[in-house]
Amino acid sequence: MKLLVCVSKTPDTTTKISFTDNDTALNTQGVQYIMNPYDEWYALVRALELKEAAGGTVTIINVGPADNDTVIRKGLAIGADDAIRIDTAGGSAYFVARQIAEQAKVGAYDMVFFGKETIDYNGSQIGAMVAEMLEMPFISYATKMDMNGNTATIARDIEGGQEIVEVDTPFALSAAKGLAEQRIPNMRGIMMAKRKPLNVVAPIEVSDKVSVASYTLPPAKQDCRYIDAENMDELVNLLHSEAKVI
Amino acid sequence: MVLVYTSSPEGQLKKSAFEAVTFGHKTAQQLGTEVVALTIGNVNNAGVLGQYGAAKVLNVAGADSFDSGSHAAIIAQVANQIGANVVVMPDDSTGKSLLGRVAVRLDAGSVSSVKSVPDTGAGFVVQKNVFSGKAIAAYNISSDKKVLSIAGNTFPPEVVGADVAVEAASVDVPANRVRVKEVNTVKGTVPLPEAELVVSAGRGMKDPGNWGIIDELAEILGATTACSRPVADVGWRPHHEHVGQTGVAIRPNLYIAIGISGAIQHLAGVNQSKTIVVINKDPEAPFFKAADYGIVGDLFDVVPRLNEAIKKFKAAN
Repeated sequence: MKLLVCVSKTPDTTTKISFTDNDTALNTQGVQYIMNPYDEWYALVRALELKEAAGGTVTIINVGPADNDTVIRKGLAIGADDAIRIDTAGGSAYFVARQIAEQAKVGAYDMVFFGKETIDYNGSQIGAMVAEMLEMPFISYATKMDMNGNTATIARDIEGGQEIVEVDTPFALSAAKGLAEQRIPNMRGIMMAKRKPLNVVAPIEVSDKVSVASYTLPPAKQDCRYIDAENMDELVNLLHSEAKVI
Repeated sequence: MVLVYTSSPEGQLKKSAFEAVTFGHKTAQQLGTEVVALTIGNVNNAGVLGQYGAAKVLNVAGADSFDSGSHAAIIAQVANQIGANVVVMPDDSTGKSLLGRVAVRLDAGSVSSVKSVPDTGAGFVVQKNVFSGKAIAAYNISSDKKVLSIAGNTFPPEVVGADVAVEAASVDVPANRVRVKEVNTVKGTVPLPEAELVVSAGRGMKDPGNWGIIDELAEILGATTACSRPVADVGWRPHHEHVGQTGVAIRPNLYIAIGISGAIQHLAGVNQSKTIVVINKDPEAPFFKAADYGIVGDLFDVVPRLNEAIKKFKAAN
């Protein structure tokens, strides 16, 4: 099986967010970058497990500038065989999806993996876009996946529970918690990653339909109002008359 | 024209459908046009969508089980037939697999989990939370066609009209390639993403056998129960109750966090709640910084007292 895992580089979860250029760009000063956790922990690791069980190759793809190579090398250290980086500063979800689809068509992959969303823009759009461009079935928020020949049985999160579906390769999915367990790269993996192929390709031209006009920070939270643990009547009254939620 | 796709798990329209039509109606009014609602498969009482502003309700028969590929093809065909410039859908488990597909099919710009009615003063600008709720981005969509999914619990349904007749739409229904085998959902409670009141508990509960006071609180409030990641990981509570960054992201009117310290990953999934109450015996728990109301105390004393106070309140009101 040929497996493709799409990975994104995102600011670490604990990053303090601020903006520059008249609130139109993220202030990257001092920001620590990581591989998007859903891409790394669930999508990549499940793809590696499938390869270990049945053979094949796992390719990582990333859309971004040369700085992203650190994140890509980490994916190779965890166990991917090779990587493709589409060399561009990036753009909207549609822009990124077109770049990935262009390369994925060439590779003729059996499965294309995404994380359920990125923790920066929380868009959750690219998987469905690439699936449509490749005319593949798409299963979002997969939490469990078993293969039997060319047929996958997948559990996916829905409101208040889960749905169990079957789908034949080729298909695309987005990975959520449960699909696999995080793997820490070992020293051997890190050494080997340096020699694995990382192919840098030029982007195709795509005109963006969506752009960020500005960013704002949410209004500052009011200080917590402490209520005496003995006086729950007061809490109930406040929830009723002040917060108006009960 | 504005087209609103409404999801209908097991043939039932949910609050998310009424929210989406309400959002569509507001958008249509701004653009000086009308809203058409679309239901797919066998849906009970779809005419009710007229109450929320749908001038027309269309139904496509014969695609009861969900497959994002075939559903996207249906939505795109209907959008083209009625000449829709804006397509709206809920940001739920269907919207998350449909939004990108429909956008590609219609060659439209798309934004997910929108939290504001479009500003059409200069361009077409919608707001969305980014960086897990730590910032808000205003997106301008420059293409003629736009596809939006809307955040849940953000646009309260507004009744503005009466039921309308449901008309059959005639489109090609592609064969499903995803075969739905089972749907396992909790019955009798509002699913977490739709819940307005949520009672959530964590490691401070010490033992899964102690959840009786939490269940009681949820029952008297009419709330849905949730939990933190550690207690879902050890199997004290079911996986679908886990709220936080890796679990379900929610935005209820009231979130009561009991015995949960409030790690940043937990807050990322709940920080859009309108009112947050934190009950924790540790006054240094980081959750108090995100709370509207805080109670420092032993939850095993505080929660039963809270339950009695709510019962008293409910009896008097």
